[in-house]
Amino acid sequence: MSGLASLLPPAAYSFGGAFEFIFSEQASNVTGGKKVGGIEQVLELAATQVQVSILALLLALLIALPIGLYFGHRGVGELLAVGIGNAGRAVPELALIALVAVVIGVGTLTLVLVLAALGIAPILTNTFVGIRQVDRASVDAARGAGMTEFQILRKVELPLAVPSIMQGVRGASVNIVATATIAPLVGVLTLGEFILNENVYGSDGVLAGAICTAVLALIFEFGLAALQRRLTSKGLKLQQASA
Amino acid sequence: MPTGDAAPDSQSQPHAGASSVSYENVTKRYEGSAEPAVDKLTLEVAAGEICILVGPSGCGKTTAMRMVNRTVEMTSGEIRIGGHSVRDRDPAKLRREIGYVIQQVGLFPHRTIAQNIATVPTLLGWPRERIRARTAELLELIRLDPELADRFPAQLSGGQQQRVGVARALAVDPPVMLMDEPFGAIDPINRERLQNEFLRLQAEIRKTILFVTHDIDEAIKMGDRIAVMREQGRVEQFATPAELLMEPATEFVEDFVGADRALKRLALMRVRDISLWVAPLATAGEPTAAVRAKLDSPEVEVRYPLLVDAARRPLGWLSERDLRAETVPERADSPLGPVLELDDVMRDALADLLQAGVQYAAVVDGAGAVAGILSVEIISEFLASPGAKQDELEAVERPK
Amino acid sequence: MSALGGLSGLVHPSLAAIGEVGEGFFKERTEGNLPCQARTSHLFCWDWATEHIDRYGTPTLQQAELVVISVIAGFVIAFALGLLAHRVRWLRPPLLAGTGILFAIPSIALFLLLLPITGRGRETAIIALTAYTLQIIYRNVVLGLDNVPGPVKDAARGMGLTSRQILWKVEVPMAVPEIIAGLRVATVSTVAIATLAVFAGGGGLGTQILGEANLTFPTAIVIAMVIVIAMGLFFDLILLTIQRLLTPWRRVRVV
Repeated sequence: MSGLASLLPPAAYSFGGAFEFIFSEQASNVTGGKKVGGIEQVLELAATQVQVSILALLLALLIALPIGLYFGHRGVGELLAVGIGNAGRAVPELALIALVAVVIGVGTLTLVLVLAALGIAPILTNTFVGIRQVDRASVDAARGAGMTEFQILRKVELPLAVPSIMQGVRGASVNIVATATIAPLVGVLTLGEFILNENVYGSDGVLAGAICTAVLALIFEFGLAALQRRLTSKGLKLQQASA
Repeated sequence: MPTGDAAPDSQSQPHAGASSVSYENVTKRYEGSAEPAVDKLTLEVAAGEICILVGPSGCGKTTAMRMVNRTVEMTSGEIRIGGHSVRDRDPAKLRREIGYVIQQVGLFPHRTIAQNIATVPTLLGWPRERIRARTAELLELIRLDPELADRFPAQLSGGQQQRVGVARALAVDPPVMLMDEPFGAIDPINRERLQNEFLRLQAEIRKTILFVTHDIDEAIKMGDRIAVMREQGRVEQFATPAELLMEPATEFVEDFVGADRALKRLALMRVRDISLWVAPLATAGEPTAAVRAKLDSPEVEVRYPLLVDAARRPLGWLSERDLRAETVPERADSPLGPVLELDDVMRDALADLLQAGVQYAAVVDGAGAVAGILSVEIISEFLASPGAKQDELEAVERPK
Repeated sequence: MSALGGLSGLVHPSLAAIGEVGEGFFKERTEGNLPCQARTSHLFCWDWATEHIDRYGTPTLQQAELVVISVIAGFVIAFALGLLAHRVRWLRPPLLAGTGILFAIPSIALFLLLLPITGRGRETAIIALTAYTLQIIYRNVVLGLDNVPGPVKDAARGMGLTSRQILWKVEVPMAVPEIIAGLRVATVSTVAIATLAVFAGGGGLGTQILGEANLTFPTAIVIAMVIVIAMGLFFDLILLTIQRLLTPWRRVRVV
């Protein structure tokens, strides 16, 4: 075993080793005998990542949803809403996080604010587009029936825009959970800790971090997909199926 | 479940009945366009009437209609409903008292049929029981299977959806209804059916209806009065359908009504409105000599007698061979062919004759007894004679 | 390394293994005498930027190359899948779910998950980036083909075009705006994500951000960031031009 290992290149990544790292503690060459990895540390880091991600997602929703609803309902600011979405995609998250760390400083608050900022663009754009895509005839009928503008928004446009809004929330979640992985750069320890510190956790730790991050992101994705199905009216599903 | 609380319950219908709608010098200018969309429109729609706004696209008819419920705000002028200016009302509250039906229906896809119909009652905060009762009643009124109440719009056909659209507009029994090409997106056969159903409904509910269409045939069929419009909402003629067809006021109206307006007049008449030929009748056992004598009478225009039973119900046409016998046989040699009714619309009667390939046919009254004979000749003479105009005008202005 | 020690409190003690540019760069910076470089609070140091801008040349080209190769590969695969799903309707749910899952996996994780299979290097980065483009392009290909109006297809069939001809002469050309809209979104995203290719050993501008000294020096990060954003804009404009050339009959609509 040891003879074979010496023949391998220094950074040999194997899924077997990664899973071993996830479920049981390993020795490290730089921690001075302190063991690393194991299910406890994995869960602790994952919990932090989940917390900051959910906080950031909620904050993004709180900011982007009202703005998207308002502009969508009024039918103004299309260039702005779509432009924000495009601009949001163009910004490299790694650079953003690194820059914030140097310029603003480290800390959970900084992290959550940056992550929320990353989530705003997709939610805002999709909310705007979702509201604009609501059948104008339904809105006309609602207005003609005597709904106030707020009632039109709440009772007709919002429920009909749910699939699009949730698409935006899912996009935001992908962004946020992914970027939360490099949160150790701003001093918040998430699963990216294993990835960013190969000298401490070894190649098994890096791969383990990647696996855990992927699983976490998929849990978010499936959870939000399920939420979307629940929030979408049956009538709307029938309409989409028949279209 | 109490379903009977709808029509007579005055408390539940604060706006029951119908109100007149009047336009006084109404102008609408859209920002950025030099010409007004509607220019100084003045129009008086009597309570309980269907008033059709008809004209080519872009003539401002929809704009004119939408200013009533303020989904389009007028620039100047005044619109009154039952004498009250619409400007004085909060738009949302005003609209809850005006039924609104549009071509694309605009049902809410995420709400059930019952919820769609209950839109305005829900906005007005009616108690749940009352909403349920009213919904059931409306489903019955539009002849929709009550089982469909819990379905969603996507599960209904286009015609059913438009019926629901009408029911939704009628939910709180508004005194005025606005209908913007309500049957425009429906195929011709179903459109015909929906139009007839709606006329039947209107005979019951007697609303004041502003009805926008670009289809002159629909206008003639549905309207009590028709306003023919051209650019900027200029009313070229405001008249009953018959007047419009008989005496188009301008060349524009004449063109718009179409070269076949003579034929269109037939759509406004019933068989009873025209003088029929006398039918030479024969009953089984009657001597043929007597029957021949009837045929020779100067007022009889046909060459063959009509065999009828004791109640004068037609059985068939007797032939030369039948008349060679001593007495009239039990059965006629020639088939009866189409049988028309006094209440048939003239256009349909003509269509029946042409389709059967016959020159004339027996007309029966409500009891099925022969009332006379209608022939293609009668109709063509009627259409050709200018002297018939006055009769016809009287005939078509009967109350619907 | 002692100078860095004083600053390390700002940054998580990490990244030693990833610093692909590390040492030389660090030395150069501390040996210089220009005042603004010494202050980390300084957001942007023009003097340093003008002097060192050439070090960004290679990473920029690397990143552009990653993007071009990945987007082309992604387009070929997604377009083929889209055509397949257009014909074989029951393939749609699994294809949508499959591409969606790839999309939901954080790019950084995807890069690393490939390491045991393909090892460190450019190829690994390209595979991950390609996987990431699939969902957006595939979705828009299917959407574009679906949106071709039925009457147009009917007319084509009525004139005697075969199914294959209808696809290539009617449906695909009419789907071009949607397809390119998808390509634009995918390309701009890929430009940004390719910054993370450094984790797969794929080079690119991420090397200029993650080098251990760079993490404390805003100017280096800002330059990388500006180049990435500009590159996204540049590719976007190219695709927009291609779309205009391909669809002279239609005004561009941003999706």
